[in-house]
Amino acid sequence: MNIRITKYYYGDIPEDKAGGNGSAHTVAAKPTDWPLWEVFIRSKQGLDHKHVGSLHAADAQMAIENARDVYTRRMEGVSIWVVESKYIHASNPEEADSLYEPANDKVYRHPTFYELPDELKHM
Amino acid sequence: MSIRELEQIFLDKIDREIKIEPKDWMPDQYRKTLIRQISQHAHSEVVGMLPEGNWITRAPTLKRKAILLAKVQDEAGHGLYLYSATETLGVTREQTINDLHSGKAKYSSIFNYPTLTWADIGAIGWLVDGAAILNQVMLCRTSYGPYARAMVRICKEESFHQRQGFEILLVMSKGSPEQRAMVQDAVNRWWWPSLMMFGPHDSESTHSEQSTKWKIKRMSNDELRQKFVDMIAEQVKFLNVTLPDPKLKWNEARKHYDFGEIDWEEFWNVVKGNGPCNKQRLDARRKAWEEGKWVREAATAYANKRAARMKQQVA
Repeated sequence: MNIRITKYYYGDIPEDKAGGNGSAHTVAAKPTDWPLWEVFIRSKQGLDHKHVGSLHAADAQMAIENARDVYTRRMEGVSIWVVESKYIHASNPEEADSLYEPANDKVYRHPTFYELPDELKHM
Repeated sequence: MSIRELEQIFLDKIDREIKIEPKDWMPDQYRKTLIRQISQHAHSEVVGMLPEGNWITRAPTLKRKAILLAKVQDEAGHGLYLYSATETLGVTREQTINDLHSGKAKYSSIFNYPTLTWADIGAIGWLVDGAAILNQVMLCRTSYGPYARAMVRICKEESFHQRQGFEILLVMSKGSPEQRAMVQDAVNRWWWPSLMMFGPHDSESTHSEQSTKWKIKRMSNDELRQKFVDMIAEQVKFLNVTLPDPKLKWNEARKHYDFGEIDWEEFWNVVKGNGPCNKQRLDARRKAWEEGKWVREAATAYANKRAARMKQQVA
């Protein structure tokens, strides 16, 4: 089977998929515009960083400082990751069916697949 | 896939309460409606800082000043969550802000009313944020994922806004006769504009029907307004003031409060730009944008310089 994974930038909607005249409301960003950053916050030690949103900043340091002001005003985090949005690649939702298809028929990957006697303990 | 098939998939997701995400196909009109609605919502948060900002230097105590600062900072954050959600739909931040400054995009008309006394800050928290919360709680279940997630975050923070506002009024209502008079005066002035925040009657609302079908909105303007009136008519009893509506009366048969008709002429007048502070608000936004220009440019120049220096060090 031939699976082709098309990569799109986060939030970058291809024009032919935009549901009509997608280009009409986009404007070219000027060189002085600050780039967009995605923000990930670890809410407490021991947990994963989780995507919380995005913001604009001139560089990574400013992105972290802005993220602190915007996303952790009430002690929501102990660690912040920022990454410029253009570096995030994502799978294409329209190809989700074929992309995840290989996992569809492998029920034996789940523990409940195996029928064992009820008397058997600690398993 | 044909447009018709794509649209069917989209509607099917809406039916099954599956959120629409930025890269999913969506009808152009759905995208446009969201861009309009979310950016207006963002502008409202940002312009909403102005009437309150007026009182930061005039707050009666250091405690109240710190609280008000925190609240206004929250509003800036809410604006940012919503601008970010708008950007996921394919518009740039700058375009969105240009639309506000040119007058093309609207913001909530409530912020075109002036804040004359300290009691107004209380009334804004209680009534204006109270009305906004009802709308925002509904929007936590809206069909567009990034909008719904922004709303969840905003709702968590709004509750403090409403409570601090009510507390301001509660404290004043136990104060001197002059302070009690200020509370009544503020409630008199903010009550009707707060009711207008829910928008025109369902029968007149141009955007409501399609938005309900697409589950962008999940309750009608009139339903939300009734809910608000029922809530406030009870809460006002704690403040020893009255709401300025002689027709306000509990209706046992309906199990709701009846209330008088809104002055729709005033509503449309303010929407069209003729409110007491429309010009002042937009001028303040434009001024802030223009005077902040050098800061934005300087930060970019600094970032570029630092990046170049790091490159040199690596080489």
